[in-house]
Amino acid sequence: MPETEIKNYTLNFGPQHPSAHGVLRLVLEMDGEVIDRADPHVGLLHRGTEKLIEYKTYLQAVPYFDRLDYVSPQNQEHAFAIAVEKLLGLDVPLRGQYLRVLYAEIGRVLNHVFTVCAFAMDVGAMTPMLWGFEERERLMEFCERVSGARMHMNYFRPGGVTMDMPAGLADDIWAWSESFPKFIDDIEELLTENRIFKQRSVDIGAITAEQAFDWGFSGPNLRACGVPWDLRKAQPYDCYADLDFDIPVGKHGDCYDRYLVRMYELRESWKLIRECLKKMPPGPVKVDDRKIAPPPRAEMKHSMEALIHHFKLYTEGYHVPAGETYSVVEAPKGEFGVYLVSDGTNRPYRCKIRAPGFAHLQAMNLLCRGHMLADVVSVLGSLDIVFGEVDR
Amino acid sequence: MVDVTLRDLGEYVQAALPDAVLEMTMDNDELCLIVERERIARILKFLRDDVNCQFKQLMDVCGADYPEREERFEVVYNLLSLTHNRRIRVKLAASPETPVPTVTEVFSSANWWERETWDMYGIFFRDHPDLRRILSDYGFQGHPLRKDFPLTGYVEVRYDDEVKRVVYEPVKLPQDFRTFDFLSPWEGIQEQLPGDEKAKEQP
Repeated sequence: MPETEIKNYTLNFGPQHPSAHGVLRLVLEMDGEVIDRADPHVGLLHRGTEKLIEYKTYLQAVPYFDRLDYVSPQNQEHAFAIAVEKLLGLDVPLRGQYLRVLYAEIGRVLNHVFTVCAFAMDVGAMTPMLWGFEERERLMEFCERVSGARMHMNYFRPGGVTMDMPAGLADDIWAWSESFPKFIDDIEELLTENRIFKQRSVDIGAITAEQAFDWGFSGPNLRACGVPWDLRKAQPYDCYADLDFDIPVGKHGDCYDRYLVRMYELRESWKLIRECLKKMPPGPVKVDDRKIAPPPRAEMKHSMEALIHHFKLYTEGYHVPAGETYSVVEAPKGEFGVYLVSDGTNRPYRCKIRAPGFAHLQAMNLLCRGHMLADVVSVLGSLDIVFGEVDR
Repeated sequence: MVDVTLRDLGEYVQAALPDAVLEMTMDNDELCLIVERERIARILKFLRDDVNCQFKQLMDVCGADYPEREERFEVVYNLLSLTHNRRIRVKLAASPETPVPTVTEVFSSANWWERETWDMYGIFFRDHPDLRRILSDYGFQGHPLRKDFPLTGYVEVRYDDEVKRVVYEPVKLPQDFRTFDFLSPWEGIQEQLPGDEKAKEQP
């Protein structure tokens, strides 16, 4: 029999493919329909955020964090605010902490609803996407009412939040929370026991806990491997220590478990939102230090001192004592860290952003090897990648 | 609140690897070890496997640039131990001429972060399996996060209708990049006003 030479061929996946979740270019080496090697090319959305932050004051740097992971903007701001507060040695008033946790959990719901529904659409289910965006729209309205912006909120500031909630908003969030479990049930009814969905996700892209440690996994992707690790419980920040919630874990570390963990986390976030609303104390929402937080508008009309403080804060900004810190929050996608170096001036000397998606995407080769081409879409959808934060 | 156990841990590592750990600092309740460049892989392996350390996860590797120093770069490794719920930061000094040994053998996740550090700062990682640029454009020149790289960069791109492709051109700014010196004293008059130090000098 004559020898025939079979050559692997290389396939370009993306950057314009809709299931590449934005701008991923994936170079796949294929052996027929099976993947031999996956080489993600990232950086197509690189905007030089870290460089830009070095040229801005601490307050001006906050909006850049919204534009990293644009599916859950407030959680990124949270990490930066905590890092700056650590360097400044500030304690946020309790109401400010509760407001931040409330909106961080709304951000988690925004993110998980989007991810689960986008994942479902990647593997062929159209309806969850349409339902999910309706629900997201309701939540973004709450964001708009508190900060003026639907997505890029710029609401969490070092020292607290910009302003208090308007009257009636807490009641409306409560009213929304009454109907939300029904929505989760509806989505679960469509997906959890769905034969097609399970065939596309069970045992696809499975990873063990040891591998997950080695590749720097965090968040739901790590918990899906059976590791009960959540920074909100392990290293609580703001008022998470006072709140009661559970950490769901998976068993197999495959795409289906990652989906299940996210669905369960939605219910936990729902619990946290309600708990925050119940326990929210009255009081100030930002630190009472005019050198950090601007004075109220009314005071500026008659106080010279307040006017000077306002002017200096919005031109020069505040000076942060020299030092460095690595501060983290449990963002919906995993551990979001900010390594902040201050040299004592009004601008950060170095601000490294540790995006969870960067580590997760790195493991694409490991997760996809030996699977079929169609499973790449499934793995990518279940990892929850957003290119704003990967490329920075 | 100072975490005593964290300081103990730092002293423990320092005692176990006396030739590799140069200095130990506690800043904002965060433990930081400054280490010998050539021994970084050994140190991270020790931190990962030692029963008292168990730093199983490398969360982040990044560079930092201090042009006034003799070895201008710093490479920073942030590690996390799930077992003991602790973090540690390991730092080393490097210069554009001195390669840093790679730690991809110890932590697979270091691969992309080292590529990013190479891309952004031009710190070379020796024996790295695949040291390509990662975030910047294909064929990009320079290392953008260095302090001497201008914020506006050197080139800009646009689509050229005649050659039917994207072309690179030197950057043209209609207005110069404005940077303000805000290091003036805000807190009112300092002990000595600028210029006063000359008052006592004899003309």
